[in-house]
Amino acid sequence: MNQVLLRGKNLSRQWGGLLAVNQVNVEIFFGKIHAVIGTNGAGKSTLINLLAGEVPLSGGSVELLEQDVSLWSEPRRARLGLGKSFQKNTIFPDLSVFENCRLAAQARHQRPWKFWETINSCTYSRTQAQKVLLKTGLHVLSEKKAGLLSHGQKRQLEVAMCLATNPKVLLLDEPLAGMGAEETNRMLNFLNELRPEHGILLVEHDMDAVFQVADMITVMVNGAVIACGTPPEIKNNKDVQIAYLGVAS
Amino acid sequence: MKKSQLFFLLILASVLVFLPQISSEYVLDWLTKTMIFAIFALSLELLVGQTGLICFGQSAFFGIGAYTAVLFSAKVDHTYLGYLLPLAIFAAALYALIVGALSLRTKGVYFIMVTLAFAQMAYYVIHDTPLGGGTDGIYLYHKPIIFRDLVLEGSTFIYFFTTISLFLVLGFLGLLSSSRFGRALVGIKINELRMRAIGFETYWYKLVAFVISGAIAGIAGFLFAMKDGFVNPEILSWHLSGTVLMMIILGGLGHLRGAVIGAFTYALLEEIFRSETIFGSFSKNWHLGLGLTLILSVALLPKGLFGMRDQLQKSLSLYLANFKKPPKTKL
Repeated sequence: MNQVLLRGKNLSRQWGGLLAVNQVNVEIFFGKIHAVIGTNGAGKSTLINLLAGEVPLSGGSVELLEQDVSLWSEPRRARLGLGKSFQKNTIFPDLSVFENCRLAAQARHQRPWKFWETINSCTYSRTQAQKVLLKTGLHVLSEKKAGLLSHGQKRQLEVAMCLATNPKVLLLDEPLAGMGAEETNRMLNFLNELRPEHGILLVEHDMDAVFQVADMITVMVNGAVIACGTPPEIKNNKDVQIAYLGVAS
Repeated sequence: MKKSQLFFLLILASVLVFLPQISSEYVLDWLTKTMIFAIFALSLELLVGQTGLICFGQSAFFGIGAYTAVLFSAKVDHTYLGYLLPLAIFAAALYALIVGALSLRTKGVYFIMVTLAFAQMAYYVIHDTPLGGGTDGIYLYHKPIIFRDLVLEGSTFIYFFTTISLFLVLGFLGLLSSSRFGRALVGIKINELRMRAIGFETYWYKLVAFVISGAIAGIAGFLFAMKDGFVNPEILSWHLSGTVLMMIILGGLGHLRGAVIGAFTYALLEEIFRSETIFGSFSKNWHLGLGLTLILSVALLPKGLFGMRDQLQKSLSLYLANFKKPPKTKL
C-alpha cells in the first residue's frame, strides 16, 4: 500500500536570522519507516516539531491523512492521529506507569464535562492503556512510579504513551538515545512490529540502527535536505559521504 | 473514596456539628469565618495544588462575590437567595473568565504577576469609584430569604449554612479531582508539554479550572458578606490573596484536605498569637509571631501539615534502618 499519511511540503522555520529548517519536503507512507539523519543542529528535531505543530511554520504546509493541518494546533493534530515521542524523557514522573498510559489514552476520549464519572469508570482509557502496556512489555511494571523506572524503561514508556493515543503516524525523536545494545535491539524489533500498522518518522543518531530498520532515509545538513533515498542509495551517495562522514572517496 | 478521606470527613463533620452546642458566640463566629476561608482556600487549591497555576489574585473573585451580594440586595426589602447566590457566583466566574482568558497566555512568574495586576485593578475600581462605596465599604441591610419567611440570618443559622456549603464544595472538588477532567489537570500540572503532544487542548482545561475556582471563591465571598453584613475594599487586597496562598501551603499542596487543614491551622495560629493572655504585650506584634511560625513550618514541613505523617514515617524508618546496621568491627 502506497498511501501517504503525512506530507510536509517546503517546510521552513526561521529563528531570527537562523534558518533552522529550509524548504524541506518529507513524506511518510503507511507501513514504512522513514528515518531522518543528520549532524547535531541539522534541524531534525525542529522538523519533528514543525510536523507535530509544537513550533509554528515560517513557510510551507503540512498534510495529515489528506487534510491540510498547517494551521492546526498541536493537540488537534494529535487527536487526528499524530503521535510524537520526545528526545528527552517527557513522562509524568509522579504518576504510575499505568496512569501515564491511561492519561495518554484519555486524550482520545476526553469528555471533560462528565465530572461525576470517575476516571476508573472510563473503560476506554483503561483497556487502551492495558493494551499498550502489554504490547510494550511494561505491564509487569504498571503500578510502579514512572519516575523510578530505569532510563531504558522510560524510553519504552515514552513510546508506549505515544501508542496509547492510537496514532496513525508516529514521530519518534531519538527513541534509542542512551540505550544499551540489548535495549536497542529490543526497541528495533518493536519498531518492526509497529511498522505494518503505522507510518513512522524516525530521527536517530545510531547509524547502524537506522540502516537496519529504515525503508527510506533523508539526510539533513544545516537545515536542508541533501539526499533522500533507500539505505543502499544513501550509503553510496557522495554528498552524504562528504557532508556526513567527512570523507571524500 | 479512601478510608482516610472518609475518616477526615467524619471527624470534620462531627466536630463542626458538635462544637456550636457547647461554644460561645465568639467561637461560633470564628468557626464560621474559618470555614469561609476554608472554602476560599479550596478554590485556590484547585488552581495551585491540582493544576499547578499559582494565582496571586484570588481575592478579586472573593471580593467580587461579596460585593455583588451586597450591591444586588434590595435596599428596602429582602432578596431571594436563589437569585442572589447564583448572581454572586456568576459575577465572580465572569471576572475569572476574563482574567483567565488573558493571563493563561503567560506562564510562571508572569502568570503570578498578571493575576496580581488584575486583582489590583478590581481593588482600585471598588476602592476609588462610587460603585463600591469607597474605603468605608457598604452595609447589607436585609439578608436574603431562602424561602417564604426563612431568612439567612442569625449566627447559628449562618454557621450551619456555611458548614453545608463547605461540605458541598469539598464533595464537588472531590468528584472533580477523580474525574477525567481532574486527571487531565494533574497531567497539566506535571507536564503540560506532554499533555499537548498527546492531544489535550491545555489552554481550555486551564481556563475552565480557573473559572470554576473563581466561582468557588465567589461562594466564599458571598458567605463572608452574609456573615458580617458588611463589605469593604480590604477583602479584595493582595494581602488576602497572600494569606489564602499561605493557608494552602501550610496545609500541604495537592490535597483538598490540606486546604481545609491549612485554613483552620492558620486561623488558629493567628488567634493564638493575638491572644493577650498567652503573649501579653507581644500580642500587638502578632504578625511577627505568625510569620516566624510560617517560615519555620515551611522550612521543617516542605509538604505541609498534610505531608507530615509521610515525612515522619520516612525519617523514622531511615533512623531505624541506621539503628539496625551492624556496628563496624575493627580489623
